[in-house]
Amino acid sequence: MMAVVTVAIAVQGNLFAVVVLGSIYSFLMATALVALDAVDVAMTEASVGAGISTVLLLGALHLVRGEEQKPRGRPWLPLAASVVMAGVLVYGTFGLPGFSDAGAPIHQHVVPRYLNDAVRETGVPNVVTAVLASYRGYDTLGETTVVFTAGAGVIALLRRRRRDRRDGDVR
Amino acid sequence: MRNYLVLRVVAKIMIPFMLLYALYVQFHGDYGPGGGFQAGVIIAAAIIFYAIVFGLATARRVVPDWLVETCLAAGVLIYAGVGLVGILLGGNFLDYFVLDRDPVAGQHRGIFWVEAGVCVTVAGVMLKIFYMFAGRRREDDDA
Repeated sequence: MMAVVTVAIAVQGNLFAVVVLGSIYSFLMATALVALDAVDVAMTEASVGAGISTVLLLGALHLVRGEEQKPRGRPWLPLAASVVMAGVLVYGTFGLPGFSDAGAPIHQHVVPRYLNDAVRETGVPNVVTAVLASYRGYDTLGETTVVFTAGAGVIALLRRRRRDRRDGDVR
Repeated sequence: MRNYLVLRVVAKIMIPFMLLYALYVQFHGDYGPGGGFQAGVIIAAAIIFYAIVFGLATARRVVPDWLVETCLAAGVLIYAGVGLVGILLGGNFLDYFVLDRDPVAGQHRGIFWVEAGVCVTVAGVMLKIFYMFAGRRREDDDA
């Protein structure tokens, strides 16, 4: 189903339809994440991917024309690059351990300690929260700073533009 | 869209519940799915919903720009502040064990404030970006 949506996005020329299809794709992704028992990630995907970014894209769509422009040349080189990249990635998956394999390396390192000791050490039953805010506190601080920087960057870009225009009006 | 009665009534009914759900996600994040990031996004979504239905100017009166910009920075400062309090109380940076006499309670307290910081920053950034986009559109229409 997600593949169908992807093909529809690639074929579709109307950008409004592309935004809506992108939102649908996000919801499908969130459903897949719920099926994988990653509820926290699914929640983020549904709210950010399907909600906020759709609104922002629609806002951006208002500023540009609603139709995709015809590409200048035939996009054979990008197509070849994506096919090769996809091939390499699929080849890479052959080296991965089997799905839900308990003996996979990622489940051997720190995961047993987190799962066994998190409740005792932090008193927080949701291990995702415990790892995010406590064991990996530095990383989350970094992420928060990244979000802050993104916001500050948008402010810096758009606000300067507005002031320039106002200066232009005065002149 | 201010003239659509149904939308206006539905928005008025739904927005309090959206905010309440955001608070639930925030404070119940220790026990169920969710946490600061998700709660911040839901708060921003509720206010964006309000802005879409009642107009950007009304939303800007309810949640003014200075408040949003303060939130933007305040969240990171809360987060880093928790880390610094840890240092002041004799631990390492972002050490929560020292925040309370009982280490587990200290962890709980640290995680609570850290999540609060994340929530405040995320809500502020999402809202600010939306304000910026929507504000530009209105100016272009004027021009």
